[in-house]
Amino acid sequence: MWKSPRTGGLGLLAVLLAAAPLTFPNAYFYDVAVNALFNAVICVGLNLLIGYGGQISLGHAGFYALGAYGSAILVGRYGLPPLAAMLVSATGVGMLAFVVGRPILKLKGHYLAMATLGIGIIIHIVLKTESGLTGGPDGMGVDPFQIAGFAVSGDKAWYWVGAALLVLAVWLALNLVDSPVGRALRAVHGSEVGAEVVGIDTTRYKVLVFVVSAVFASLVGSLFAHKNGFITPDIGSFFRSIELVTMVVLGGMASTFGAVIGAVILTLLPQFLAAFEDYEAMVLGGIMMGTMIFLPKGLLPSVRGLWARRRAAP
Amino acid sequence: MSLLTVAGLSKEFGGVHAVEDLSFTIHPGTIHSIIGPNGAGKTTLFNLITGVYVPSRGSIRLDDKEIAGRRPSELAALGMSRTFQNLQVFFNMSAVENVMVGHHLHLGRGFLPALLRLPSVVRRDRACRAHCIELLEFVGLGRYVGAEAASMPYGALKRLEIARALAAQPRLLLLDEPAAGLNATESREIDEVIKKVAATGVTVVLVEHDMKMVMGISDHILVLNYGRKLAEGTPAEVRANPEVVAAYLGAQG
Repeated sequence: MWKSPRTGGLGLLAVLLAAAPLTFPNAYFYDVAVNALFNAVICVGLNLLIGYGGQISLGHAGFYALGAYGSAILVGRYGLPPLAAMLVSATGVGMLAFVVGRPILKLKGHYLAMATLGIGIIIHIVLKTESGLTGGPDGMGVDPFQIAGFAVSGDKAWYWVGAALLVLAVWLALNLVDSPVGRALRAVHGSEVGAEVVGIDTTRYKVLVFVVSAVFASLVGSLFAHKNGFITPDIGSFFRSIELVTMVVLGGMASTFGAVIGAVILTLLPQFLAAFEDYEAMVLGGIMMGTMIFLPKGLLPSVRGLWARRRAAP
Repeated sequence: MSLLTVAGLSKEFGGVHAVEDLSFTIHPGTIHSIIGPNGAGKTTLFNLITGVYVPSRGSIRLDDKEIAGRRPSELAALGMSRTFQNLQVFFNMSAVENVMVGHHLHLGRGFLPALLRLPSVVRRDRACRAHCIELLEFVGLGRYVGAEAASMPYGALKRLEIARALAAQPRLLLLDEPAAGLNATESREIDEVIKKVAATGVTVVLVEHDMKMVMGISDHILVLNYGRKLAEGTPAEVRANPEVVAAYLGAQG
């Protein structure tokens, strides 16, 4: 079972996630860790789109925020059970992504980036201005996540939810990439016309992966809302979308574990750079530029390449 | 009965007539070559037949079914497959994965089974991989199975595209300059591969500049010049045609 890098990597991830809490001295560490896990799940989905599908979304924070607000409103106002609210929100976000992606992804090139940039900004503005429903810029409170009478509460419990979700997300992503569907997706990235002539409906696969990545973001948004208990429109800001893309690019495009590493690093980084809080956007920009110049493949693939060369040359 | 019938086909780019009022038929089980000077419209013709370009006018029929203007992916499902003069390899994948993509239409393509990695998906993928390794060996790339496409030499990539096209199990295979950029030995090997493919009943259409190869393996040759048909016939007939000699063969030697 441990023979392939696939199951081996998944096993290593599970062990690390199980062992990590041993190093947490207080509850604040759990809080940061849960954010890292949630970001990692979004990035695993986003990496399917960016790293494997070769498309860029600059609006994923918008889908994330829609999931969060969808859950908050459906549970708080309409009394839906949290799990149902989460699934309804994710379905809605998936449909929105389909409606937006279908016409745009018929075109070759990076038009999706522009369209998602627009959607993200529109979602952010709507959340801010529809104060009757969303509480406006002041945000809104969210009920705890309850399932079958049990409430998930406390950072420790959320840590294990996040960890389980991340292992599941990584498993699904690894499965997908190494399947006919995933190969078709990577082929579309490699050469659209090459993929078309062997029978791949390139539009269909691009739309599929865009919808899947949006659903990932929405599901995590719902959980974040319940975990945090309070949300503001800024969780769907343009800056947040850029942050998510940077995580994927830093960790390594077309590497599921790379996306996890990128998300963890960029979630933890502000904790160490608290003094530079005002310059967070500049630091993020600097990391993005540095990655593109020095590690264009991202951290994990670059390290792996270095390792392979070391072993090849005794 | 003919496999492919082209009638009155034209393609214009702005005011340039890349292909003009072209008609010909291709019979099943033959090797059919298209030759002509540079800019004669050979690759444009390929792009029209395989759906990469939409014709300005005219009809293309596959088994008496009109296919002009259909998407390449639909045509692939009807049994058409091709390679490219300027490579369209998936450089982000390994050699065998490139070929496995070619087998796409013959694999289960459900999203949920793939996501959950159901045993049926694993089983079919394993069989597909074994089949694709055989195809790589068939085109002489046995030692490149696990290699990254990005690290392979040009000549190998040309053959990789042929293997990928074969993995689609086409009835009609279109090869755009399969021997371009290859040395004499590699060129002869490709020659053998094409003959072996044709022997299995696949109809092959070939755009090629290597006259030795064209004359040696073709059953039928179509000569284009300035987007129009200059001549058509068996290799012997084409070679004896004074217009062809003047326009093309004469210029060679």
